[in-house]
Amino acid sequence: MAMLTNRRKEMAVAASLVAPFVLTFALVFLYPAIRLVELSFTNSPLIGAGEWVGFDNFTRLLSDKLFLTSLKNNGYFVLLTVIPTTAIALCIALMINRLRGSLQALALAIFFLPYILPVSVVTQIWTWMLDFQFGVLQPVIAFFFGKSVAVFKNPYWVMPTVAMVTIWWTNGFNVLLFIAGLRNIPKDYYEAAQLDGATRLQLFRRVTWPLLWPVTALVLTLQMILQLKIFDQIYLLTKGGPFNSSYVMLLMVYREAFQLNHGGYASAIALVLFIIIAAFSVLQYQLLRAGGRR
Amino acid sequence: MTSLRKLENGVLTVGTFAAAALWIFPLYWAFITSMRSEDRVVSKEAGVLPDEFNPAAYIDILWNTNLVSWYINSIGTAVIITFTVVVSGMMCAYAISQMRFPGRRILYGVVLASFMVPSQALVVTQFILMNDMGLINTWAGIILPQLIVPVVIIVYKQFFDAVPKEMREAVVLDGGGDYTLLFKVYLPLNWGITTALGIITFIMAWNQFLWPFLAVTTENKMTIPVGITQVNDAFGVFYARLMSVALLGAMPVAIAYLIFQKKVTEAVMISSGVKG
Repeated sequence: MAMLTNRRKEMAVAASLVAPFVLTFALVFLYPAIRLVELSFTNSPLIGAGEWVGFDNFTRLLSDKLFLTSLKNNGYFVLLTVIPTTAIALCIALMINRLRGSLQALALAIFFLPYILPVSVVTQIWTWMLDFQFGVLQPVIAFFFGKSVAVFKNPYWVMPTVAMVTIWWTNGFNVLLFIAGLRNIPKDYYEAAQLDGATRLQLFRRVTWPLLWPVTALVLTLQMILQLKIFDQIYLLTKGGPFNSSYVMLLMVYREAFQLNHGGYASAIALVLFIIIAAFSVLQYQLLRAGGRR
Repeated sequence: MTSLRKLENGVLTVGTFAAAALWIFPLYWAFITSMRSEDRVVSKEAGVLPDEFNPAAYIDILWNTNLVSWYINSIGTAVIITFTVVVSGMMCAYAISQMRFPGRRILYGVVLASFMVPSQALVVTQFILMNDMGLINTWAGIILPQLIVPVVIIVYKQFFDAVPKEMREAVVLDGGGDYTLLFKVYLPLNWGITTALGIITFIMAWNQFLWPFLAVTTENKMTIPVGITQVNDAFGVFYARLMSVALLGAMPVAIAYLIFQKKVTEAVMISSGVKG
């Protein structure tokens, strides 16, 4: 009998412990997720009721030129950022890792600092640096390409430029992950290899790279997911222009929902984005588990 | 051979700091610009070196924008988010890690699954919900959707799992319940994790753009990242003022980072699972 009341008491305590999270989760995460699926099958405006339209929104997506452009731009942006930022972060981490003491702290602080800036601070600084008339980088561009370029108004320049700004902003996070990974590699591996007369390049190829691979895989997949969700920088730097050449899916969700008042259609786009990212996340999770087992 | 190695090392160190100088240049340039007069900023003679210390742009920003309200909103919402996320996450993780109750595995499965789901995809229906609840343009509206940070639960659970079971027994023998265990044993043992998760959550909440941008439309209710974009619209191309508002907006967290650099570094490493 006493066992039973004890058990009941433990359940009550457990319930009170999980309640704050579970209730908030149900309200602001689960419920909106269910509503998102429901709305994507209707033609409702943002606020107010609509009618059930079946798969209309999704079939419309397939022939919506702007959606296809956005999808393509999302892919292009991933290409422009994921591997470059991983490579740059690895180089920087290797450079910082050989420094010692306060020199190391200083270099790390400099490369990490942009990561803690709010996105709008980053975009304002780069808008100014790249200003067509007065930007401090325009002479540099003119030197290499013969003339100044209005980078955010040029369909060829716009995505690479946004990618560069994004890399400058978020790279510090990846540098930290690589440094943590480098610190986890036991020192004796290097000492043993050096005794055998290995060169710097051989050390990197035979010791660092293979032992660092789990971290590299982590950075690659984290970046992949992060960059698919791009919205802030695009909205602040280009608003999707010029000629929709920097339009991305989340920007389209924003436009359809909050500017054109198409709640149902926006939900359908959001749901597609949701599924794409969830798929990549599952892939990442599997990769990491596989990495952990090794 | 050794002298060659020394030369190599020297070149690499110089190269590293040359790259660092390039990396920090945008911030340096923003600062130089903010300390000039608007005329000087766009004049042909203005070079890359600092030549003027004119605080006019800063004074103008402090007087003529809602910057102070944005600070208050940012600090207020970020502090409440951080506190709520860490405490509720810690409680939930303790129950999942140390107690037996029906639905425990499902709950942890849901936490792991929500870790993989992009909250950005939910903004449309979250907006509808907050609008129905009358919370647009309020702190509650900014805060509520940011309270789900599954990684906090995942990290806490890992560390609670690793606490030796013997630690429990003394407390249980004295008749202490689970709340005593959590706050007198598990929490003090994991202060480092708590600070780390607090730092990460705070930085995330402070820099959040998309949701506060949607949830607030009146200027004095905005947070820093959203508010400073309004200065753009109000001033057009007055770059000294744009740079000073950007730097003022970035300052609190930047200074906090420079003071607590080691802690922040550790926090990022722990919360992403590369260091345990």
